[in-house]
Amino acid sequence: MKRLVPIWITAIVGVVLIVANFLPGARSWGEEATTWFGIIAAVAFVLGGGSLLKVHLKKISDRNSGWAYSLIVLGTFSATLAVGLFKIGVSPNPAFPDVPWSGDVQGQGTPFWWVYEYVFKPLTATMFAMLAFYIASAAFRAFRAKNFEAVLLLGTAFIILLGRTFAGYFLTSWIPVDGPFSGLRIEEMSVYIMQVFNTAGNRAIIIGIALGIASTSLKILMGLDRSYLGGGD
Amino acid sequence: MNLIDRMANIDRRWIFLMMGLAVGIPIIVIGLTGRTLPEKATPLAQAAFDVLDDLEPGSKILMAWDFDPASEGELGPMATSFINQCARKGHKMYFIALWPVGAQMIRSSTSRVIGGYYPELVYGEDWVDLGFKAGNEAVIKTIVTDFEQYFPTDARGTAVGSIPMMSGISSLADFDAIVNASAGYPGSKEWVLYAATPLKMPLVIGCTGVQAPQMYPYVPIQVQGLLGAIKGAAEYESIVNNWVREDRMRETLETGGVPDAQAETLAAGFLADPGAAETWTTGAEAASMSPAAKTDLITLATEPTPGIFLEAQRRMGPQLVAHLLMIGLIIAGNVVFFATRRRGGAR
Repeated sequence: MKRLVPIWITAIVGVVLIVANFLPGARSWGEEATTWFGIIAAVAFVLGGGSLLKVHLKKISDRNSGWAYSLIVLGTFSATLAVGLFKIGVSPNPAFPDVPWSGDVQGQGTPFWWVYEYVFKPLTATMFAMLAFYIASAAFRAFRAKNFEAVLLLGTAFIILLGRTFAGYFLTSWIPVDGPFSGLRIEEMSVYIMQVFNTAGNRAIIIGIALGIASTSLKILMGLDRSYLGGGD
Repeated sequence: MNLIDRMANIDRRWIFLMMGLAVGIPIIVIGLTGRTLPEKATPLAQAAFDVLDDLEPGSKILMAWDFDPASEGELGPMATSFINQCARKGHKMYFIALWPVGAQMIRSSTSRVIGGYYPELVYGEDWVDLGFKAGNEAVIKTIVTDFEQYFPTDARGTAVGSIPMMSGISSLADFDAIVNASAGYPGSKEWVLYAATPLKMPLVIGCTGVQAPQMYPYVPIQVQGLLGAIKGAAEYESIVNNWVREDRMRETLETGGVPDAQAETLAAGFLADPGAAETWTTGAEAASMSPAAKTDLITLATEPTPGIFLEAQRRMGPQLVAHLLMIGLIIAGNVVFFATRRRGGAR
């Protein structure tokens, strides 16, 4: 029963969405299913929060390595949730001064805005910015011209790296723009690589993925692929 | 220990330091001098501009801000320029987000651009913030046929029925174009697959560098304009800045009594040679213009572009030095690799 119900839900909704796509009369069925998905997606946030609590509380109670980080996660999660959910420090909306919770929780100057502006924003930006340092280290240690394919890859990387900056324009600016060799200007080669080689390769990958998705989806709808239910079945 | 051995065993913190300097020094230099590197627009950036420019003023543009602070460095300047162009052109802007923090991105970019440079735009009449909705591509699939189902109110809780610019909007098909700034899923690909393609609607995308290669296959039929990473943002920003300056000068000239065709030619000339504006105002051709209009024209021609509209071009400086460092490091790494291999070392 635990497996049968999800399999039937998946199969019915999947078939409904396919039929709705091909039969104009059944279009409203698809819209109904999509609305349900929206409700489930919103509820998934609650489920996600519950899952986060479960995982980290277990880690703390078992004193697993790094349990202190879990404590920080739960502390910041609870504090942010409370500040946002209970609209702590939010002034009432001027249009409804007698309604204490009518104010905008995300408005400038509110505690929730402060958490976003001065905690969340700098932290996520820092995480992303740190990539530059690790890529630089990887560039020195990993990008080796070990064989012909690697040489091609490195050559392409150099053209793109230069072509995406003023250096690309500057280095080959002596080649006339309207001349027969204009295609050898680095910025032109960069565009050509992205629009021709990259597009060709990516289209092939996209078509392959689409066929794979269609095949996997059919197997899921027919109940042959149950891996999404977990449990190694 | 010779040089090759030292390089082979270099502490990676030295590399981190080099990258820090490669990014930090240009930021400081550009900050002090205010100078940016020139940008030559590629056809894709020009196409992104043309899509929005070809639409009649007052067109309805859906602006989907699907990114977060992590990618703000790349996408923030694009968002700024998109708003700048649409606001100047007089388009109606409808902001939505499929990412939870996209709502904050909308607030940030609208308050900086509209609040700072287009205060005459009225909320609810010229632009509206519809906020974030959970559901990823399901949101797109639903609003293709029923917009109000997912957006019964705006981000401030006002019912869409009482927002003037929402009248006549019942589905995504009622919009004239979609502009999407995207950092991943859900984002550009979903807008292509579930909105722009079935509705045959113009779509302009600004995306991160890692996403851009995946979006090229959709150009030019499904995606009409594509801005990839900070380079695309800088090119587009440069086009928009020039157009805004030229358009404002043209408007000032026309208001001052200069015939339309001549005003356009003059504005283009002053954009190329700002000093010519002052000379022209002393001539007989400018006799019909009031002293205040002449001063306005000279100011428009010569005033520096506000920093907020130069963010992408400023970031091209650090990108240039960082890319050169990367190339240098790859070459150095390979020199070490081949030298070590020649000596029989296995690395």
